[in-house]
Amino acid sequence: MTAEHVNQGRRKTDPQRARELIAFRIGAQEFCVDIMSVPEIRGWTPATALPQSPSFVRGVVNLRGAVLPIVDLSARLGFSPTDPTARHVIIVAQIGNQSVGLLVDAVSDILSVTDNLLQPTPDVASEMAKIFVKGVIAIESRMISLIALDHVLPGAEREAA
Amino acid sequence: MDAMAEIRQTFFQECDEQLAELEMGLLAIDDGDRDPETVNAVFRAVHSIKGGAGAFGLDDLVSFAHVFETALDHLRAGRLAPAPELLKTMLRAADALADLVSAARDESGVEPSRIAALAAELRALDPARPAGEGVADEDDSFAFSPVPMDESMFDDLDPDAAARETEFAIRFRPHRDLYAKANETALLLRELAGLGEMSVTCDRSGLPLLSELDPEGGYLTWIISLRTGAGEGAIRDVFEFVDGDCDLDIAASGEGLGRGGDDLAFNDEDSRGDLDIAALIGQMQASVEAELARVAETQTAPARPDGEPRLDLAAKPDHAKPEQGGASIRVDLDRVDRLINLVGELVINQAMLAQQVPEAGLSRANGVATGLSELEQLTREIQDSVMAIRAQPVKSVFQRMPRLVREVAALTGKSVRLVTEGEHTEVDKTVIERIADPLTHMIRNAIDHGLERPEARVAAGKPEEGVVRLLALHRSGRIVIEVSDDGAGIDRARVKALAAGKGLIAADAPLSDEEVDNLIFLPGFSTASTVSDISGRGVGMDVVRRSIQALGGRISIQSRPGQGSTFILSLPLTLAVLDGMVVTAGGQTLVVPLTAIIETLQPKIADVHGFGGGARVIAIREEFTPLIDVGRELGYRDDDADAVAGVSILVESESGARFALLVDAILGQRQVVIKSLEANYQHVPGIAAATILGDGRVALILDVDVVVASSRADVQSLDHLLATAG
Repeated sequence: MTAEHVNQGRRKTDPQRARELIAFRIGAQEFCVDIMSVPEIRGWTPATALPQSPSFVRGVVNLRGAVLPIVDLSARLGFSPTDPTARHVIIVAQIGNQSVGLLVDAVSDILSVTDNLLQPTPDVASEMAKIFVKGVIAIESRMISLIALDHVLPGAEREAA
Repeated sequence: MDAMAEIRQTFFQECDEQLAELEMGLLAIDDGDRDPETVNAVFRAVHSIKGGAGAFGLDDLVSFAHVFETALDHLRAGRLAPAPELLKTMLRAADALADLVSAARDESGVEPSRIAALAAELRALDPARPAGEGVADEDDSFAFSPVPMDESMFDDLDPDAAARETEFAIRFRPHRDLYAKANETALLLRELAGLGEMSVTCDRSGLPLLSELDPEGGYLTWIISLRTGAGEGAIRDVFEFVDGDCDLDIAASGEGLGRGGDDLAFNDEDSRGDLDIAALIGQMQASVEAELARVAETQTAPARPDGEPRLDLAAKPDHAKPEQGGASIRVDLDRVDRLINLVGELVINQAMLAQQVPEAGLSRANGVATGLSELEQLTREIQDSVMAIRAQPVKSVFQRMPRLVREVAALTGKSVRLVTEGEHTEVDKTVIERIADPLTHMIRNAIDHGLERPEARVAAGKPEEGVVRLLALHRSGRIVIEVSDDGAGIDRARVKALAAGKGLIAADAPLSDEEVDNLIFLPGFSTASTVSDISGRGVGMDVVRRSIQALGGRISIQSRPGQGSTFILSLPLTLAVLDGMVVTAGGQTLVVPLTAIIETLQPKIADVHGFGGGARVIAIREEFTPLIDVGRELGYRDDDADAVAGVSILVESESGARFALLVDAILGQRQVVIKSLEANYQHVPGIAAATILGDGRVALILDVDVVVASSRADVQSLDHLLATAG
């Protein structure tokens, strides 16, 4: 994350209607989630695998006494599964009254954007785009997809289906 | 929760306590307890319920409680003898009162005819009431109000009895002790009013200044003028119970209408009744409450943000008798659970630190290491103390059983005595809540199936009255609950024939007595040849067994023909921790609950046999037991592990069948703190819950029954083998 990016992001926005987003990388693509749903970010620690779970659920880790499921967001979005190292990052996200850890490559930025910067998802008709991407944000020459967290866990997916 | 709902909840909690006291008292009287305090306690219980119900406008409850109270009053005053028949009626009335309370709580209804019939029965007990007199004229509309005296108390006046009356002037000055013994002047006065036409005034000249007032003291003097046909003896009878705790002067002022006794010095002005007693008492209550509030304020912890925890100082003047348990507080359960969670984390953190000491290259003699071991002891102590907060005596469940026994005894026409022991044994609140149903079922069974019919008992040379014993005790870190009867014992020939008839066993299966007894736990087994109302609708002991196992408990039977059966439950003291065996399977660390494990063994190559379709069995003492590869069953690996390289754990599933679980290695036994997987994720088949081990990693707790069942579904060809293995 660079201070320059943050500043540029801030300069371009209307301070009255700004909302802050955490941007992160998965492979070459950039995504973001609302900062209000992210209580903390932590480094990768090995997870305990869960039997009979979808491949994108890496397992569970101990978050100060609570059992936190880890979702490999890359696999979840339909990319190749992540091979996590100590440099990978877990974004702890609050979805409803559950906490979920999202495994991503790296956190890149904190953006402050207004709603008018949010463009509708390009009609590329991919399954992944329809389910998970709420819209895209263009900042500088970057395209950052805003992720809707509601469908990240497998249970929520079933309900949505 | 709004304040009113909270008060209402407290009222119902107190009702439960009062109902328990009522029942206990009546049973004690039935057993020959003639202590006047017992009758008083019973009376007080009903009275308190009536009072509270009145405040909440629960009219059905109030009117029934009133009738009940009146009957109890006759008992208290000795106008009714505590005969067994009378107590039976009273116990049934207590049951009805309990039903009315729960109906009021759930806002459901109670069959009005049953209540009306009981109320009529209670009214008919009135020794003063001529037989045959109608019951409809009773003042059912009696309403309790916080003012201890109002006109309705004197409605019992009989206007026709004016013929030859004497006017008595009575001066009644209660002492502090009178109130301390939970008597109430209003009740005495009401009873007095039943004797004739009465007017009461209160002499408050003895009242000190508010600052000097002892809230529990007796300062008021009641000046009563009573026109009655009954003699002085009858009046003295009214005050019999408070004899010695009050000053009582009774003077007859001769025939005629003259008011007031000349020889008694009381103020004629006051005797006109212009004193507003209600206002005075209201005033006193207000000052007492203010004082209590102040006391509560200074004793509670400084921060009471939402007022949830309350000191149980609730001003209960009726309960002046000191509670033997000492001071107690009511605390929201969520707060306790949060504390338990935090302490669980503390234990894990402490274990993590302890593991890191050798890793950091420090010796055992190092100050850090010794400090840590002291810390460990402290954390264990904190954990035990916190768990103890959730612990409650099993009394709350045991208390429900006398009523059940009465009902079942009445339905079956058997005569039963329930004996309970160890009701102060403590166990986790959740365990208590969840053993109520299984216990109910077992006691029903004990009466319905266990005890013989009275004729059969007499023929067998036993007393006609059967005994069902309910016992609780602590044994090696668990709670043991026994339900036993002195009936005929399990009819093994019949059980075996039934099981064979239902295809549960082969007709010629060689079974030991113990194995036959355990057949009654099989799903679908019911010993009653007809499905009775009381026990069994096809659901039987298998449901009991499953709910006990769901609590991490075990159930066993001891039965001796002709002498009865004993069911023994062994349950963990808490559901927050579990004793488990830590194992590895397929590279993952798992915890197997110790309750399911029978033994562990090292498989030998000669004992493991392939059994079609990739399934394997292992011979354990000549018996072929299905071998389940846990790592493969959970999908941690695709191929079967080498059985000889691993360890097998012999487990018993809920159906009683035995299976061998194959794991890679056993790491040890330990107590683990149970963590929910569902809180942040969802239920995972084969996994009961999660826990956090000393290294900070999450380990999954195996759900043995599900793993076994799913392996069964996988390998259909094993089915007939399983049937014989069971």
